Amino acid sequence: MATIPIGHALLLAGALFALGLTGLLVRRDIVFILMSLEIMMNASGLAFVAAGARWGAPDGQIMFIFILSMAAAEVSVGLALILQLNHRLKTLDVDAASQMRG
Amino acid sequence: MDHLLWLIPALPFAGFVLLVVFGKHLPRAGAALIGVGSVGLAALLTLVIGATFLSAPPPNHVYAQTLWTWLNIDGFAPAIGLTLDPLALTMTFVITFVGFLIHLYSVEYMRDDAGFSRFFACMNLFVGSMLVLVLADNLLLLYLGWEGVGLCSYLLIGFWYTDPANVRAANKAFIVTRVGDTAMAIGLFLLFQQFGTLDIQTLMTRAAQQWPVGSPLAIAAAALLLGGAVGKSAQLPLQTWLPDAMAGPTPVSALIHAATMVTAGVYLIARTHALFALAPPVMAAVALIGAATLLLAGVSALVQTDIKRVLAYSTISQIGYMFLALGVGAWPAAIFHFLTHAFFKALLFLGAGSVILALHHEQNMLKMGGLRRKLPLTFWTFLIGAASLAGLPLLTAGFYSKDWIIWDTYASPTGNGWLWLAGVGGALLTALYSFRMVFLTFYGDAKTSVVHRPGPCISIALVVLAFFALVAGWLELPASMGHWTPFSDFIHPALTEPRIVRGGISGELVSQLVTGAIVLAGIFISYLLWLAYPALARKIRQSAAGAALGRFWLGGWGFDALYDRLIVRPIIWTARLNKDDAFDLIYDFIAWLSGRLNGVLSVTQTGQVRWYAVAIALGAILMLAAAVLL
Repeated sequence: MATIPIGHALLLAGALFALGLTGLLVRRDIVFILMSLEIMMNASGLAFVAAGARWGAPDGQIMFIFILSMAAAEVSVGLALILQLNHRLKTLDVDAASQMRG
Repeated sequence: MDHLLWLIPALPFAGFVLLVVFGKHLPRAGAALIGVGSVGLAALLTLVIGATFLSAPPPNHVYAQTLWTWLNIDGFAPAIGLTLDPLALTMTFVITFVGFLIHLYSVEYMRDDAGFSRFFACMNLFVGSMLVLVLADNLLLLYLGWEGVGLCSYLLIGFWYTDPANVRAANKAFIVTRVGDTAMAIGLFLLFQQFGTLDIQTLMTRAAQQWPVGSPLAIAAAALLLGGAVGKSAQLPLQTWLPDAMAGPTPVSALIHAATMVTAGVYLIARTHALFALAPPVMAAVALIGAATLLLAGVSALVQTDIKRVLAYSTISQIGYMFLALGVGAWPAAIFHFLTHAFFKALLFLGAGSVILALHHEQNMLKMGGLRRKLPLTFWTFLIGAASLAGLPLLTAGFYSKDWIIWDTYASPTGNGWLWLAGVGGALLTALYSFRMVFLTFYGDAKTSVVHRPGPCISIALVVLAFFALVAGWLELPASMGHWTPFSDFIHPALTEPRIVRGGISGELVSQLVTGAIVLAGIFISYLLWLAYPALARKIRQSAAGAALGRFWLGGWGFDALYDRLIVRPIIWTARLNKDDAFDLIYDFIAWLSGRLNGVLSVTQTGQVRWYAVAIALGAILMLAAAVLL
């Protein structure tokens, strides 16, 4: 069975992470920010799995399950926050939610 | 009955507590009943205990009662303990009895005052503290009472606190006496450090055993205690507070600033006289302070126009007599003068209060006059008080007590002709100013109308005090007049008479004749100057020297101005100078720096979530770069 070299997998993970981060920084719509966060998390999950495969250790897959459950929790909290934001400010623009300005 | 001793101070304290807790809700009659009743009961109890004490004297003529141990720190265990000896009994009698009459008088005097129950609460607290002072068996408890009466004096001088002048007077009294109190506290530390106890009886015995006469430590301790006595009793150089203390209601002046509290210094010296006997230089200082004070204050009293200020200076002067007596070792004479002075000076203050009330709070004697017919009772009692103050020979109590002092200043081992002369000069001044007061107030033309005539409470107090101002002197007749001495026999266990080393009976008679003649001459001169030929007095007053001296004496020999220049202003100046405390600069810098840093950091708190994300990303990149490159 042909194996994918670890370098490729990590490159893909890095590219995904960078994409997610860029999306996080440039998007103002909070829903897109949440999606970008998901991408970043999955990128790190991919890196874990790739590393696990490389060393033949189960730790990487265990960590991926952790990340999955954390992502689920994060999404539920995040969606609740989105609802609140929409409810209070009648918009999904995060830049509008800047009442904590020092 | 002796076991009820504790009730004497406890009753006024109970009255104080009741008045403080329920005072606002009590009707005036109720507040008066508690205020006067508590002191009245204490007076009654004192009479009963005094009678028991006289009929069946306890062993050593001391009855002691230890209530409980106040505190116990490493062997230092001052007790809440009371001691009743003849000296304490005399003081207790005056405090409760005269105190009761003044309380009774106050019911009428303060009738329309908004602070009626507050007044009686303070007065009761005062009486209780004063009783603690005189009954205390150790110096620490005595000091508690000492500070307690100082507090009450402050509260009552500033009783009408809406007028800033009264508040200033109260502050002045408190701060000036504090100077003396500090000296006294240091004296107590010294005594405790030397003997490990503050119990008066033990202290006096041990001091006499350990310290030879004239030892430096004995002199230091006695001088420090003298400092406290000088402050409390308004003697030179701390006398300036008493004339201003007249800002308080007149009954307060009568009780605190004439009859009782200001004589606490005399009591302190008499109580620790064994210590003072070990320090001859301090004794000489006591006599000198007394002589100087009695002359200076007497002259000042001569030119005052406010009737209460005359009495205030007169009080300073009369306490000067007591100090003079203490200074020559004539302890019983000092206490005897305290006794008679309490009666006639309280009487004079209450009489003056009655006049002030009658003239709708007019205190200027130059605006009074002709009150003899309108206020006959006040006139006669005031006349008796003034005669007693002047020491009108044979008739009045003041004569016997003052004469005793004057004779002892010459005849006692440490006495001399100069002190005697000061005493006689003081007698002349006393006669002059006391009858000037009578003539200006009660004779001449009426200048104001009478709006209030004394009611029963005022009348009773005046008549009873007038009675005692006449007869109290017969408790001690001098050797030249029958030598009937129940007072000195009574007080002998606590205070012994000095030996008479000069003069003998004939000398005493000469001294009495001279004093008597001087007093009569003083009254006559006073009659000439202020009644028969007022033009003459006016001429003296209006001459250049007369006017300048008059102003100088009116202000009490410029002591206030002197202290203002020497002490008050330098202190205020230094305080201003160091207003920006040098050490504060350090803390100010820290505060300023934190403020600036806060300003810088708060700029980064934009509230923009995405900027935070940028910061986190950059931080992560930096960390990674650091991890990779370093």
